[in-house]
Amino acid sequence: MILRRPVFWLILVFAALMAFVPLHANNVSMREDLILVAIAIILASNLNLMIGYTGYVNFGHIVFYGLGGYVGLYLATVRSWNLVLAALTAGLVVSLFALALGMGILRLRGAYFALATIGVLQAVQSFVANFDPWGRSTGMYVAFDAYERLGGARHALWTTYFLVIGVMALSMILSLGIKISKFGLGLFAIREDEDAALVLGVNTTVFKAIIYSVSAFLPAVAGALMFYKNGMIDPSIAFEFMLSLEGIVMLMLGGKGTVVGAALGGGLYEKLRSYLLTSPKFSNFQLVIAGGLLLLVVLFAPGGLIGWLYRLVPRARKVIE
Amino acid sequence: MTPLLEVSGVSKRFGGLQAVSDVSFSLGEREILGLIGPNGAGKTTLFNVVNGVYKADKGTIKFAGEDITNRPPNEVVHLGLARTHQIVKPLQDMTVLENVTVGACFGREYLALQPARKVALEVLERVGLAKSAEMSARSLTIAGKKRLEVARALAAHPKLLLLDEVLAGLNPTEITYMIGIVRDIRDSGISVFMIEHVMQAIMSLSDRLVVLSFGQKLAEGHPEEVARDPQVIEAYLGDPDIAEKLKEND
Repeated sequence: MILRRPVFWLILVFAALMAFVPLHANNVSMREDLILVAIAIILASNLNLMIGYTGYVNFGHIVFYGLGGYVGLYLATVRSWNLVLAALTAGLVVSLFALALGMGILRLRGAYFALATIGVLQAVQSFVANFDPWGRSTGMYVAFDAYERLGGARHALWTTYFLVIGVMALSMILSLGIKISKFGLGLFAIREDEDAALVLGVNTTVFKAIIYSVSAFLPAVAGALMFYKNGMIDPSIAFEFMLSLEGIVMLMLGGKGTVVGAALGGGLYEKLRSYLLTSPKFSNFQLVIAGGLLLLVVLFAPGGLIGWLYRLVPRARKVIE
Repeated sequence: MTPLLEVSGVSKRFGGLQAVSDVSFSLGEREILGLIGPNGAGKTTLFNVVNGVYKADKGTIKFAGEDITNRPPNEVVHLGLARTHQIVKPLQDMTVLENVTVGACFGREYLALQPARKVALEVLERVGLAKSAEMSARSLTIAGKKRLEVARALAAHPKLLLLDEVLAGLNPTEITYMIGIVRDIRDSGISVFMIEHVMQAIMSLSDRLVVLSFGQKLAEGHPEEVARDPQVIEAYLGDPDIAEKLKEND
């Protein structure tokens, strides 16, 4: 039972704090900081389902976020849908896209799969940049009156913030739920040895396609909310390859395969990145740091921060999942 | 009585190599059938064709009345045909218990997590790995990993178990222990089809033997008859008196 897991309650407390603290302080710049942290946690947690749980490195995970942004923005502005409905529909559409795609590219293994995911990202980006209804390379804007339906811009920004925090909490709960389920056990078996998993009775083709599709849902919802909040989207910011790579750094830093690790890595890395990006000394230096960090983690702490904690305190394994 | 496993006219080719050619045999309920032959004779390939890892080029395989030719391995397990690997494939970073739970979860009964864990604990007890349940599979010795292979397959609650050289690389004490496990498996009503090079063990365990050489079935029958067959002696055993010698040691 998920309710008996301490981490479940930890996630709820964490999400409540994230939502309540900036609201209580009525601090908009803190809110803008934290929404980026939440997005990082969403991306890292869902990427973890593929890399950490199933052992398939997805370099193009950001494609789900960008596509979700496009579908959501299109529905919420051009079609004047309600924001929540538009975001959920975006999630669903992108999940189905991932399912169909996964059936094909998940036949590849190891490096070949990883390469294919880069190809998918590039292909989708090129497609969108030439797609008329979505504004080609100039993208789409949110007309200001779209925010009126949520009670004005000020209100709308807080609403999207709370929704993003909700998606963050769901991402972590989803990770935990899968981890302690039979489905998760099957995924772990695939990660450890796909041929052995198949012989043990795991329907590897179906499992992989499902998790690929599931890992697309919440990032797409988050993309719809985030680009709506930002008020615009275009192909270069929606499908930023660097953000995809940074997602992998976050995951490795925190500890792949663990619920808390993905979130911790996401949060920490995002804080570090925003510091480096805004500090005059280090501006544009954050990718050098990211690369160095990834190298250090892979070489000296392949289990990330959580893996390191497990080694220090083996009993932590039972509590921190 | 219809046999549990019926292999007829099965062939498998890899490029220019005819790995298995037109092999037929059958296996009854509660029988231990041994499969022997020189290295490269196609024994493991035959296993891989039977459980669906490889597709057969020709021939049919029937299991428990169903045609399982070219069904994928995961479906074959659900029907009750489990196997072990000659080169062990433990799920390294998972615990021994988790490894066996996978077998129970996705085996014949497709158990839920909790009952699967219970089955896994019982099976670990049976193969003598209960004390290592919480260890990571990586840290087991080779003998432990061989037992883990057997435990995972057993946890699927199979009707037929394919054992691919579970005695290879074990010391005499471990071999004796493993032979006990195999006997216990048969006594619990599961049929066994096993590849083995340890002649003394296979002669004493098997009800019948099939001999493969260069992909073809060379002989089939009672272990003592097979051991006296001049063709088998020439291709594999090399010693005309091996049956008597092994009996003396027994």
